[in-house]
Order: sequence, then C-alpha cells, then structure tokens
Amino acid sequence: MNTGAEAPAAASAPDHRTDPAATMSYVYAVGRAGTALDTAADRLAGLEDGPLRTVTSEGLAALVSSVPAGAYGEAGIRARLEDLTELAALARTHHAVVEAAYAGTTVLPMRLATVYLDDARVRAMLEERDTDFTEALGWLEGHVELGVKVYADPREAAAAPPPVAEPPTAEGPAPAALSPGRAYLRQRRQERRHHRDAYRAAGGVAGAVPDRVAGLVRARVAHRPQQGELASAAGENIANEAYLVAVDRVEDFHRALAGLADGLPGVRVEITGPWAPYSFATVPTAGGRA
Amino acid sequence: MREDRGDVEPAALTEEESLAGRQVALIDLLDRLLNGGAVLTGDLVLSVADVDLVRINLRAVIHSITPDDPAPW
Repeated sequence: MNTGAEAPAAASAPDHRTDPAATMSYVYAVGRAGTALDTAADRLAGLEDGPLRTVTSEGLAALVSSVPAGAYGEAGIRARLEDLTELAALARTHHAVVEAAYAGTTVLPMRLATVYLDDARVRAMLEERDTDFTEALGWLEGHVELGVKVYADPREAAAAPPPVAEPPTAEGPAPAALSPGRAYLRQRRQERRHHRDAYRAAGGVAGAVPDRVAGLVRARVAHRPQQGELASAAGENIANEAYLVAVDRVEDFHRALAGLADGLPGVRVEITGPWAPYSFATVPTAGGRA
Repeated sequence: MREDRGDVEPAALTEEESLAGRQVALIDLLDRLLNGGAVLTGDLVLSVADVDLVRINLRAVIHSITPDDPAPW
C-alpha cells in the first residue's frame, strides 16, 4: 500500500479535491482520552507509514492518521477496496493499529475505511456521538472477542476408521465377497452417509456452542459462514460466530469448548482470537446483547 | 492480557509478542473489519464506504486467488 502506489492512484482518482498534497483523516478507533491512547499513537505508524495522532473532544479521543486525499477519497478508496491485495494491506494496517491500541486500553474499533475530510470533522463526530461512544466503551471494557467456527468435512469423516468395525447391515458379507457392482453401490452409500453424518454432527456441535459458553459470555454475534477462495480451510464452514468474553473468562471459554468435536470425524471446531471487539462495536447503543 | 491499566504482567508481554508475530487469516479479519467495527454517519466518504463494503466483502471473498497472485497469508 505504501509502495509508490500513491501517484497513480491519485492521478486516476478524478476527485473534486485535486490538490495532490491534500490529506484526509483516517480514523482507526475511538477510546477514552488519556495517556494509554497517546502512548499507542506515539509507538505506531498508520497507513502510508504516516504518524498516528489523537484527536480529542472532551473525554474521548480518536486514533487518526493523515492519508492522501486522492488515494483515500471517494474514488480512491473504492478502487482500493476492490483490489484484494490492497484491501488486504489496508485491513492489516488498520487491524495492527486497533490491536496495538486495544492492548493498552479499551477502544471502539472503527469499520474499515472510516475517512473524514479533516480533524475538525473527526472532532465533530466525537462530540455528536459522545454518549454512544462512552456507553459502548463502558460495555466493552475488560472484554475481548473470540471467534468460533464449526466445519463439516465429509472427506475427513470418510477417511476416519469406521466406528466399531462397520455395524453389520443388510449388506451382509464383507466387501471382498461382493460383486463389483454391489461393492460400488455400497461404497456410494457409505459416501453419502459420511456426508450426511458429517453435516448432521457439525450442526449438532454448532448448536451446542452457545449453550456450552452461556454463562461465560456477554454477547454473541453470528457472522455469515465463510465461503469462496479465501475460505481455504478444509471442509465447509457451517457456523461462524463471535462472542464477547471477559478477559478473565477466556480460558474458561476455551475449556468449555474443549473436546466438543471429539469422536466426531468430519467435524472441526476452531477458536480464533482474542480480537479487539470488532463484532460488538457495530451498534453502540442497542442490540448485539445476547 | 488487555485489561491492564498500569499493571503490566508477564502475560501481557507475551500476549503482545504473540500478537505481533501472528498472521491472522485474512478472511477472519475481513469478517470483522467489513461487517464489524463502529459505523459512523454523516460523512460523504464514509457513506460510500459503508454501503459498498457489504458488496465488496462478497466480491473479495469470492474473488479467486490466481497462482501468480498468491494469497499473502
């Protein structure tokens, strides 16, 4: 992102802001004004390797860095978000700043590509949303987000040794004794059964997760199951959730889900995080509470 | 871990180190950065991003990774 992409991006962006030196204010997160946030700002670099600063309004402060108006204006940001490489770089930088800030103090992460025309607009936004932000920060205080993903992988189920030496069925004789046609049909039937079993078992596991962690979490959000090329994990993601968990309950959370997929070939549970509470910053005042 | 306000425990340092060295999966990151995060209203630029992000999310996730443009994660 900061590798000389600036000039072409600025040139290709027919923005109404034509001054190449013009900058805008990119906001990463909002937290309570104070040394923790100032320290984070001093220690980190933002997009385009620009220095971070805090923009304060009363008790709140936004973590901000300046970005070129051409590359991050309306057209620039649109192009950037639609290029996977650029999107990845933008996301990783945004994330690095939020993550590092969250390590020092509770912050409300902003959605990717939250850009303001200047610091005055950022300050105005802080004033306007003062109550929401303060409430949300209080709510998130001392909590982290953990992701839970459940996968169904029929191939893995098929590869697993059959439970208790293949229960005797109407098929009767062992495979060796079968004619090729019957052996084929039998195998197809087994495949279908593995497939069905894996999905059924994964569904059961996914359904059990909220109950298992019920006493340990403050809120839960269901994300869309991950699909497509970026979802490179083996199997199909059938549940993709985020939980808001108090920092001192994180271990309990892991423990509560340990062994959930044991003895279920073709089902896998993945826990990601801890994350800054991205999934719980969307609606500061209402909703999202389990 | 992160609740520390002044009381820096050894755990806090390890956590920070592991965060620095850890490369999170892009798809998990995009789940959060495109669907999560506080959404603010009132700014022209933001409103563009806000509306588009859901669509971009889909597109990016479906977007295939070509062999000469390998995934960076």
